[in-house]
Amino acid sequence: MWFFTSPEIAFGEDALSYLEQLQGQRAFIVTDPTLDQLGFTEKVAERLRGAGMEVAAFPEVEPEPSLQTVRRGVEQMKALEPDWIVGLGGGSAMDAAKAMWALYERPDLEPEEISPLFPLGLHKVKMVAIPTTAGTGSEVTWMVVLTDTEARRKIGLGNRELTPTVAIVDPEMSRNLPPRITADTGMDVLTHAIEGYTANFHSDFTDPLCLQAGEMVFTYLPRAVAKGAEDMEAREKMANAATIAGLGFGNSYVALAHALGHSFGGYFKVPHGRAVALFLPYTIEFTANGGAGRYRELVRRLGLGEARSEQEAARILAKRIWELAKEVGQPTTIPEMGISEEAFEEALDTLCDHAETDNAILAAPRLPDRTEMEKLFRYAYQGKLVDF
Amino acid sequence: MGILFPSQEWADAFKEKLNSSDAYRNAAKNWEGDFYFVVEGTNPPDIIYMDLWHGECREAVYTNDPNFKNPEFKITASYDKWKKVITGQLDPIQGLMTRQLKLDGNLIKIMKNVKAAQELVRCATQVDTEFRE
Repeated sequence: MWFFTSPEIAFGEDALSYLEQLQGQRAFIVTDPTLDQLGFTEKVAERLRGAGMEVAAFPEVEPEPSLQTVRRGVEQMKALEPDWIVGLGGGSAMDAAKAMWALYERPDLEPEEISPLFPLGLHKVKMVAIPTTAGTGSEVTWMVVLTDTEARRKIGLGNRELTPTVAIVDPEMSRNLPPRITADTGMDVLTHAIEGYTANFHSDFTDPLCLQAGEMVFTYLPRAVAKGAEDMEAREKMANAATIAGLGFGNSYVALAHALGHSFGGYFKVPHGRAVALFLPYTIEFTANGGAGRYRELVRRLGLGEARSEQEAARILAKRIWELAKEVGQPTTIPEMGISEEAFEEALDTLCDHAETDNAILAAPRLPDRTEMEKLFRYAYQGKLVDF
Repeated sequence: MGILFPSQEWADAFKEKLNSSDAYRNAAKNWEGDFYFVVEGTNPPDIIYMDLWHGECREAVYTNDPNFKNPEFKITASYDKWKKVITGQLDPIQGLMTRQLKLDGNLIKIMKNVKAAQELVRCATQVDTEFRE
């Protein structure tokens, strides 16, 4: 037995107008200060008021949101008693909104207790997720990533009840996304597509979604990065690809690149997409070297070639990912992120500790032991092909 | 002819597999915690008690006494589900997530030791097991 979970999805031009059709009394918008200053909060609030709702906003979500931020948001929710919570932004805002939703309805829980193993019993609030980047897929998943700022680590939480009720994927929301963020988030989509396809929990329901999203990233990400708002077709395709990949990996899970990326990104404050995509080729090669993965099939179905072995397929895929990363200006080694050797060596033990205990490894087809984990980080530092 | 699950002989064989596995010892080197693996469907239930400590299985006991110990973790499932786990047809994490296996105990501690859990199950699959019809 397994599940496929999805919100209702409104997508395409003017999808934002769907907000006016929602039924409710009070809506609580969770977003970040930048989007608020750029007028996104008001744009959404106006639509919600058009649906007859009273609206309040919490425009205080920082990149890589902390538990403390979530708790502050919950306090403000209590004053409004909303029947809708609106996550507006990238993964940070949407994930923070999900965590606030859970803790608003279940104040008895510690955040770490938000797990897929036990029912939460949520029933008071519904959620709308409105992505303003094309990357996270959080608008359609039940997963939540927060940051423990003191321990400098990411905390992965989640429960299927935290799948948003409605996702609104309007390409207009990412029209003016800067090239660097377009690249970071677009490479996140690719990582979701590939890890979602190869994760142990993959299924007939998730495979086609991951393949579709992967194809779209290879086709449209370079255009979206290079032309931005001048190429709205690429913008729309990447917005859709992010959501499609979200449906894929959200129902099959992710794997090692996310474990290493969470650990590394949490420690060095590297954007999520940039961190996970950096480790993707290395972890693909590692997985295939152990005879695991579905890379032959993936490479064939993506039209990247025919391989005689998993290892050969992994090499083809890794090479293609590096080509794309270079085309969109993404780093392929740790030093390219501006991390000195001294800082890396000092962090290495902690990076391994955090990666080994990151729940992204739950469905990884091959798990490294401690020595292999350390080597994976070192190879990503040196930019070496993984040979173990 | 395999060893009947559950039974004391099966618990002993599982213990032997764990204690001869370098992969388990390495993956579970930081693990401290004991388990009840409870088979639903009989009264009193069949229970395999395992005391796992830093990569070693210190004790493995088959019992029908729910009060035999007070372990840190209890995983409960029907006989059919345990059969699927032991034969490698059901990923235990997936089983927990779909609530086909029910966990009592600190989930976070388990989630932080996934590799140890995987190696534990791998050792169970290596026991030549005979199942009840």
